[in-house]
Amino acid sequence: MAEKLLDVKNLRTEFKRDKSWVTAVNDVSFHINKGEILGLVGESGCGKSVTSLSVMRLLPIGTSRVSEGEVFFNGEDILKVDKKKMRKIRGHKISMIFQEPMSSLNPCMRISKQITEAILLHNDLSKDEAYKRAFNVLKSVGIPDPDMTLNSYPHQLSGGMCQRVMIAMAMSCEPNLLIADEPTTALDVTIQAQILSLMEEIKEERDTGILLITHDLGVVAEMCSRVIVMYAGRIVEEAPVRELFESPMHPYTQGLIESVPKLGSDMTSLPSIPGSVPDLSVMPKGCKFAPRCKYAMDICREKEPELVAVPGQEHRCSRCVLHKLEEKEVSKL
Amino acid sequence: MAEMKSTVNIQNFEDAEALPKPKSKVKEFVKKFTKRKTAVISFIFIVLLLLAAILGPYIAPYDASQADYSNLLQGPSAAHIWGTDEFGRDVFSRLLAGTRLSLASALSATIVGTALGILFGLIAGFYGGWIDSLIMRCCDILFSFPDILLAIAIVAILGPGMINVIIAVAVFTVPSFARIIRSATISVKESLYVEVARSIGCKNWRILWVHIFPGTIQSMIVNFTMRVGTAILAASSLSFLGFGANVTEPDWGAMLSQGRNYLNTAPHIVLFPGILIFLTVLAFNLLGDGLRDTLDPKMS
Amino acid sequence: MSTPIVSVKNVTKTFDAGKGMFAKKTKVHAVNDISFNIMPGETFSLVGESGCGKSTTGRLIDHLLIPDTGEIWFDGKEISKLSQNEMRPLRSDVQMIFQDPYGSLNPRIKVQDLIGEPLLIHTNLSAGERLKKVYELLEVVGLSAAHGERYPHEFSGGQRQRIGIARALTVHPKLIIADEPVSALDVSIQAQVLNLLQQLQKDFNLTYLFISHDLSVVEMISDKIAVMYLGTIVETAPKKDLYAHPMHPYTRSLLSAVPIPDPAKKKERTLLKGDLPSTTNLPAGCLFHTRCPYCQEKCIKERPETQEIGEGHFVKCHYPICNEEGKNV
Repeated sequence: MAEKLLDVKNLRTEFKRDKSWVTAVNDVSFHINKGEILGLVGESGCGKSVTSLSVMRLLPIGTSRVSEGEVFFNGEDILKVDKKKMRKIRGHKISMIFQEPMSSLNPCMRISKQITEAILLHNDLSKDEAYKRAFNVLKSVGIPDPDMTLNSYPHQLSGGMCQRVMIAMAMSCEPNLLIADEPTTALDVTIQAQILSLMEEIKEERDTGILLITHDLGVVAEMCSRVIVMYAGRIVEEAPVRELFESPMHPYTQGLIESVPKLGSDMTSLPSIPGSVPDLSVMPKGCKFAPRCKYAMDICREKEPELVAVPGQEHRCSRCVLHKLEEKEVSKL
Repeated sequence: MAEMKSTVNIQNFEDAEALPKPKSKVKEFVKKFTKRKTAVISFIFIVLLLLAAILGPYIAPYDASQADYSNLLQGPSAAHIWGTDEFGRDVFSRLLAGTRLSLASALSATIVGTALGILFGLIAGFYGGWIDSLIMRCCDILFSFPDILLAIAIVAILGPGMINVIIAVAVFTVPSFARIIRSATISVKESLYVEVARSIGCKNWRILWVHIFPGTIQSMIVNFTMRVGTAILAASSLSFLGFGANVTEPDWGAMLSQGRNYLNTAPHIVLFPGILIFLTVLAFNLLGDGLRDTLDPKMS
Repeated sequence: MSTPIVSVKNVTKTFDAGKGMFAKKTKVHAVNDISFNIMPGETFSLVGESGCGKSTTGRLIDHLLIPDTGEIWFDGKEISKLSQNEMRPLRSDVQMIFQDPYGSLNPRIKVQDLIGEPLLIHTNLSAGERLKKVYELLEVVGLSAAHGERYPHEFSGGQRQRIGIARALTVHPKLIIADEPVSALDVSIQAQVLNLLQQLQKDFNLTYLFISHDLSVVEMISDKIAVMYLGTIVETAPKKDLYAHPMHPYTRSLLSAVPIPDPAKKKERTLLKGDLPSTTNLPAGCLFHTRCPYCQEKCIKERPETQEIGEGHFVKCHYPICNEEGKNV
């Protein structure tokens, strides 16, 4: 029985726009187990980053709020704990790494100061002991000369090195859960391979749970054991990775997988999803994907479908009326 | 030219390509601007001034140069709401008439200075190199003088009179605009769409005028309103010192100057022009502040 | 035997790093001695990671940059030494599509004026005739005439890119240089734009120079591919050959590093060690030797020459990895 690290239930996040509140994330529920990499996939504007920021309670105050939902971490609803306790959790039990490694580091501070700051915040160590730990943790992420790196400023390091430093910082306090928001999008593909390899090592050696947020289906296929697909602030499908790619249930997932060029295939053209993601202020009634869906029926435009478990399959849900229909009806479309 | 027919079949999903309704830029601007009370009050004040400038002689209760020797140096009263001066002329009517003169000279000086500043700024920023250095060093020289001293020096060379005052004020307005437009040009020049314009085959003047200049306007709007205020002050000061309008013209600064002699007995002759100059410059400055805040995309 | 529409011969381009009067004179070696040909009607791709010089190459061919040495031939004319004025009439034959759909459209100009601008510069059409053409082009790229009145910021990234494509088509260019045209777009939109580009190539007989870092995209759309590293071309080959028999160690590691969206196809990744060397301080010998898993003595000292192995397959390596099908070692 896998141990649940993070259990998000019915999360709803809203942003303030011109005096009214707009929903960015709606009814999002998922869980991550120990030692598991969960992929959160979606295109820009789907709400995946907002979801992770909501979990970490890092949303901008005043213009955003989590209006509904619970986030259980190690049995406790961290949305309701006081700020002091949350600060203890952040960086220590749950760590986060972001897309732009160069901008995530303070350009005016040496790397040593930045890492030891993180360590000293959560541990009762002397400065020397903290430095030693920083050295070891840099070594563990594959940095060949930790002393030189510790003495450098961020602008002297490459993007790949910066991301390694970020991962080192995130891992320095040995968190149970790592949230990685598009960690390799800004990196070259050969460097991406190095970083992904590193993340796999971390998962294996320390049993860390990882929430991997990305738009890159290739990364998802390589790294994740389970996947959630988001569209317009909602989860539209959840599945183990093999099943997701072999038999995607939601039309958006299908369209997404089909529209990605695959290395080694002989395709010369790609089926694509017409139109684009609706703006938060002009969300259609009913199913948010209906305007772009080739299977759209009248009921889709009227009522938003529920996220329903697919019968007979574990960890499988889809937010679409299609799979409810009999097989013969589907082939009529 | 062959007709452009294509077999592209981008599926026609009407809703899929829908754009959100266009937000009126003007409406947004007005909405944001009206949140700032001081800016709105200043704006109203300036509009009233402009109306006074246009309608002045028609609404004035008296003729501005009509002397009335039986009513010299009278304080504010029912007949003369702001009193009379040493020739018995109605102060209020004179100030109304003077509004036209002061605003016209200040605005024209600022406009001329702005136009020249834009021209030099665009050229300096776009071409760089020795042209840039030359123009900027000239501006530095002009900057190193306090505005008023520079204006006095120019008027001393050219001689007194309103036209020369306008020239003097225009000259010291040029450097600030040249600098602002030059920085804006340099930053806009690096934009991708400027490179795109070049790749399409645009000539330099077209790139400057169509693609670069519109991007620099925002940076100078605020400076423009502030400089009008400065110009009014400068023109008034020059007139006060005797360089500008002559004694008979109802110029605000000149009125201040003449009123000095009667400060003890009839302070109202100095008071009202002084307050008017003060309020006008203040209004332009506050308007400039308000505009800057309104145009700042980061402020609500 | 047709002549190439673009012929690049031994082109080198360096930039001065450091600005100001007292900065050290370090040079960025963006492009180092590259040569290739593009045939009319084909899609030629330049592939490589950041800093490899592919975008610089695109700008050199579009005469937005002047090479330090070498020749660039376009449509039978040598263009690298032309002045801006001499180049201007030729610009209607070569147009560029840029990576950044947000930055490449002037935010203060209406879409129809943006698309119509090349017509304004290169033709004598009246305003009405230009507008008519603009409307045609908007439809060609899947937008409508009503969209012409709007401003760029009202559109999504994919739509903006299509506007950029429409603009590139207005004057019927012979060559379109597409610099990472889909990299900034969402995955599902990428497919739309790629399909559009392919269809347009068929309809209007276009030649593409396609610049990208995405090997999967490049495989789909190209006829011939050149792989760049640190400003040099390490391998050039027709598409099928490159993907089936990559010969340069860099090409091989690049291909193995690309994650495939198919969990059934998990593969061994050959990880390159270390980071990209700085372009201000190029390694001696073979530029790739610092990261090459097969580096030998010769690689550290001597810069390799480009050799042709197999038809149209060029490699710049002392020890290219050839396959068993009789190609020489």
